[in-house]
Amino acid sequence: MQAFTQLTGITAPLDRANVDTDMIIPKQFLKSIKRSGFGPNLFDQLRYLDEGQPDQDSSQRPINPDFVLNFPRYNGAKILLARGNFGCGSSREHAPWALLDFGISCVIAPSFADIFYNNCFKNGILPITLLDEQVDQLFEDTQAKEGFELTVDLEAGVIRGSSAGDIAFSIDSFRRHCLLNGLDDIGLTLEHTDSIKRYEQKRRQQTPWLFAE
Amino acid sequence: MASKTLYDKLWDAHLVKQQDDGSCLIYIDRHLLHEVTSPQAFEGLRIAGRKPWRIDTNLATPDHNVPTTFNERAIGVEGIEDPVSKIQVVTLGDNCDEFGITEFKMQDERQGIVHVVGPEQGATLPGMTVVCGDSHTATHGAMGALAHGIGTSEVEHVLATQCLIQKKSQNMLVRVDGDLGEGITSKDVVLAIIGVIGTAGGTGYAIEFGGKVFEDMTMEGRMTVCNMAIEAGARVGMVAVDQTTIDYVEGRPFSPKGENWDLAVAAWQDLHSDPEAEFDHVVVLDGAAIAPQVTWGTSPEMVLPVFANVPNPAKEKDSSKASSMTRALEYMGLTAGQAITDIQLDRVFIGSCTNSRIEDLRAAAAVVEGHQVAKTLKQALVVPGSGLVKSQAEAEGLHTIFINAGLEWREPGCSMCLAMNADKLGSGEHCASTSNRNFEGRQGFGGRTHLVSPAMAAAAAIAGHFVDVRTMHKGAA
Repeated sequence: MQAFTQLTGITAPLDRANVDTDMIIPKQFLKSIKRSGFGPNLFDQLRYLDEGQPDQDSSQRPINPDFVLNFPRYNGAKILLARGNFGCGSSREHAPWALLDFGISCVIAPSFADIFYNNCFKNGILPITLLDEQVDQLFEDTQAKEGFELTVDLEAGVIRGSSAGDIAFSIDSFRRHCLLNGLDDIGLTLEHTDSIKRYEQKRRQQTPWLFAE
Repeated sequence: MASKTLYDKLWDAHLVKQQDDGSCLIYIDRHLLHEVTSPQAFEGLRIAGRKPWRIDTNLATPDHNVPTTFNERAIGVEGIEDPVSKIQVVTLGDNCDEFGITEFKMQDERQGIVHVVGPEQGATLPGMTVVCGDSHTATHGAMGALAHGIGTSEVEHVLATQCLIQKKSQNMLVRVDGDLGEGITSKDVVLAIIGVIGTAGGTGYAIEFGGKVFEDMTMEGRMTVCNMAIEAGARVGMVAVDQTTIDYVEGRPFSPKGENWDLAVAAWQDLHSDPEAEFDHVVVLDGAAIAPQVTWGTSPEMVLPVFANVPNPAKEKDSSKASSMTRALEYMGLTAGQAITDIQLDRVFIGSCTNSRIEDLRAAAAVVEGHQVAKTLKQALVVPGSGLVKSQAEAEGLHTIFINAGLEWREPGCSMCLAMNADKLGSGEHCASTSNRNFEGRQGFGGRTHLVSPAMAAAAAIAGHFVDVRTMHKGAA
């Protein structure tokens, strides 16, 4: 996994609550058996005027000029600013894969759905939860200045660049550690192999019906 | 000893290790797999040269993009017309064969929607931790299990380590007291709950459903309720174990037998919240006040009783909510103040991991029997949740009732719930659906989904628009 330490980039505002994972990446693109290549279909239904199909050349499709990621001023955005309950619905990890493939590796919102939030950390994406009024301020910042950029410093736990000054944020220490160092969860868990085996032995005695051969 | 909730008990029993920073290793007893969220996980194992930790805890079946027409299913995987879908189904088969994982393949009578198959086989049991790369895994909480959806990286993590790295959620109790009125189903109960607590109301919580309504409810009804916990934002929904649970589990193919059965039943007696247990949040509803529910918008919380009118955003004080409502009305092609019973339908879908079990099909058949699907409808589909549900329904003659009434009787799979196969809505079409999500485009590009119970979907199929099924029971169709 790619480590996340510090990121500076254009910040695009998606002013919509309850953005679900069907919206982030519609189902027809879940048929891929790969982890990459989802970027052109991120927000497919909002981004294009036609219905997208897998294996289609999206550069030839009619784009929706009213969708924020199609505004020239947000070209190359690396940070997505969103509203409450971002990533609700399906557990599809294709949603963070699509964001990452598009070039977005940080999402800032007042709240996230649990499974999406968790999936982000497995892929080197930093989801930051801020207060409503802080998110409102950032939305205003993106409107006020073309090419508005933020710097997200995970090590320091600070977002820089808002007209209202630095904004502190906090991330659970284990997740922060993994993200900063690009650590693979499976490798970390396998360091506890002895504990898992001990638990299994105990469990086999307590609940033998779960270990029937 | 301190009083514990059911969730506390399940959590404590599966705790392998707790780190100083509060993150925990939780042991997984049952891992269910399907074709959409597993291929990248198997690929990850191969690349890292890892083997599954404990093969016998895994059970797989293809469901999301299997075709549901008889002809396409007749000759097996080779008959799947969509080449991309076929690759995914074939890949699941190849992966399960390579790693030695039990799979109910598409032609197996036990194949079906993974959340129907697990309980049906006794593969999900009380007291287990159950995970699957699918958010509707909460369904299995109906067994008194700790069950939740995971992403593909976690699928790989469970395969490789039999554990997940987790943080404990908070405890929420949703209590529904009293008795449900006649004609009110578990689907109406869960939609009403989501209407009260909202789609993010359960975020960060594990929800236990308690109170007389759930005590009186069948296992299949409890599954419908727990299934939609995620639609209230909670990854986990569950119901305490009681005699109803134990009667349901007994005698199923994967259920414990003989001496193990006695040991298991004795252990399961403790799978309820202690009387003094404290919840971080409690929500109480009156069962008698719940009416048949219909969603009008593009989020499951946008739900009202069937006799209500579509709301007016101008009357909403919260500006963010008002703009969501305006957008939803526009997408759904509805006008503020319109009666829900005036919404004309194009298609009806009875199926999905929420409502495709035998009781659901019986409820729908009871409503359509002796009637005809409205001529204005383009299609009404009935898709059983598994091959075994299909056989049971056919043994009871339900398929004949559906076919005679003008509904299509299909092969098992997820089908039009998420439209990964050929079953989908056209742009602008309204559908009465027994599934779980009414998000934009969920059932097809531009499609307009209204979530309802099987009985309400059946009544709508006959009328061509929404009707209060309770009036149909009195022969007013």
